[in-house]
Amino acid sequence: MDAKIATPVGERAKLSVRNLNFFYGSFHALKNINLDIPEKKVTAFIGPSGCGKSTLLRTLNRMFELYPEQRAEGQILLDGEDVLASKDDVSLIRAKIGMVFQKPTPFPMSIYDNIAFGVRLFETLPRVEMDERVEWALKKAALWTEVKDKLNQSGSGLSGGQQQRLCIARGIAIKPEVLLLDEPCSALDPISTGKIEELIHELKSDYTVAIVTHNMQQAARCSDYTAYMYLGDLIEFGPTAELFMKPKRKDTEDYITGRFG
Amino acid sequence: MSKIDAARLGMHAKRKRTNAIALTLSLGAMAFGVFWLIWILFETIYLGIGGLSWATFTEMTPPPQSEGGGLANALFGSFVMVSLATLIGTPVGILAGVYLAEYGQKTWLGSTVRFINDILLSAPSIVVGLFVYAIIVAKMHTFSGLAGSLSLALLVIPVVIRTTENMLSLVPNALREAAYALGTPKWKVILSITLKAARAGVITGVLLALARVSGETAPLLFTALNNQFWSTDLTRPMANLPKTIYDFAMNPDQHLQQLAWAGVFMITVGVLLLNILARVLFKNKH
Repeated sequence: MDAKIATPVGERAKLSVRNLNFFYGSFHALKNINLDIPEKKVTAFIGPSGCGKSTLLRTLNRMFELYPEQRAEGQILLDGEDVLASKDDVSLIRAKIGMVFQKPTPFPMSIYDNIAFGVRLFETLPRVEMDERVEWALKKAALWTEVKDKLNQSGSGLSGGQQQRLCIARGIAIKPEVLLLDEPCSALDPISTGKIEELIHELKSDYTVAIVTHNMQQAARCSDYTAYMYLGDLIEFGPTAELFMKPKRKDTEDYITGRFG
Repeated sequence: MSKIDAARLGMHAKRKRTNAIALTLSLGAMAFGVFWLIWILFETIYLGIGGLSWATFTEMTPPPQSEGGGLANALFGSFVMVSLATLIGTPVGILAGVYLAEYGQKTWLGSTVRFINDILLSAPSIVVGLFVYAIIVAKMHTFSGLAGSLSLALLVIPVVIRTTENMLSLVPNALREAAYALGTPKWKVILSITLKAARAGVITGVLLALARVSGETAPLLFTALNNQFWSTDLTRPMANLPKTIYDFAMNPDQHLQQLAWAGVFMITVGVLLLNILARVLFKNKH
């Protein structure tokens, strides 16, 4: 999309990506990305494998910093403040920008503690309030009715779809402002996928959601805005209906109609 | 029958022959190994149980040419020294293993420590015994339980380092990332997530190290030596099971030989139980 900034019309930008370049060692994985992720909307990132969509997501919460050979240049503004240049401890940024991964990753502890673990990192709550928070998060993630009688059992005993909702509950329990979902349904069956998609739909009333997906129908079903990426470039970004119905770029059209990718 | 069918049948017959040969060879190799193991176990039980009595657990090691006596002091000494060695070796081993797996995977220091630890892991235990003799026994001018514990601890440490590192490396990176994504600081990720996920394996490593040192004789030969009496003073020579077995088995006195077998039996059963416990613990988690 060249240097033009992709800003959705009539939306407030929660996260603004400016001139973002990303490198794995000497490999240039993201090339001058500019876009605004609108507040309290779902923004989907699609594109063939290796196009940089997951990389972009992992840059937004500085996850890449775990690996010394990876680096990012440019700006990522959260409500106008640069996340990449922030002097704050990275854990404070990650508390605001939560993330759910491709494979469910329940912690080796009880369902209750899986949720409480993150909360305890930032807040000291009396037992009653913690109970309320755990219940609230599990209800938000549409998991409460299934686990309310076995909160003390291990999180790894749940099914894959339940584990993934547990991870979402864990993410929202610390009350982030943004939720990053990195292919959250790719390891799940269609029924669990349906539940997660419904959930995404409900989450956007409180959170800004960014989702990476390989599944174009999923992007079409549950996102408000879609970004199409290819080989580290942002090719097209716009309202989902528009991007899927009448894409402006030939590359995008080829990809979403399955002629390529 | 078409040509391709004939070819398939021919290949199938060949695979079956190869399979039969490989199976026979591996079964033979297994039988060879198990044969000696069972013989050793049988001999230990047969000769060991005969020497066991209540007195074995309550009376001191007897002097040659005397009636009665037991292994109480040797059992107690071994217990004290092995426990102390585990107490010293476990924290050092686990912390070093954590360093190797979580902090120093690709660093120069990490690779060096890993390399040295591998050497220590395969070092003959008599070398460790002589080392402790040189730095402690020779300086203090006396054999001591403390020196014995230290030499056993030096054998516990490399085993625990290795298993801790291996078990932590098995924890999927996705779990670490998930914890970091919540804003968890590194020390808490290690303590609450990765070590917790790997704890069954780490404990198994400690138990196996314990099983290994409880039968070690060579390092005690130059450090704790032995003591014919009830010995609780760690700065004095200390009675222990392996050295007692060594002395008694070499003695022409039939009675002492029988006590040696009783000791062998107890060590074998103890090691067997530790191994079973390690296995059960590990199984529960996986």
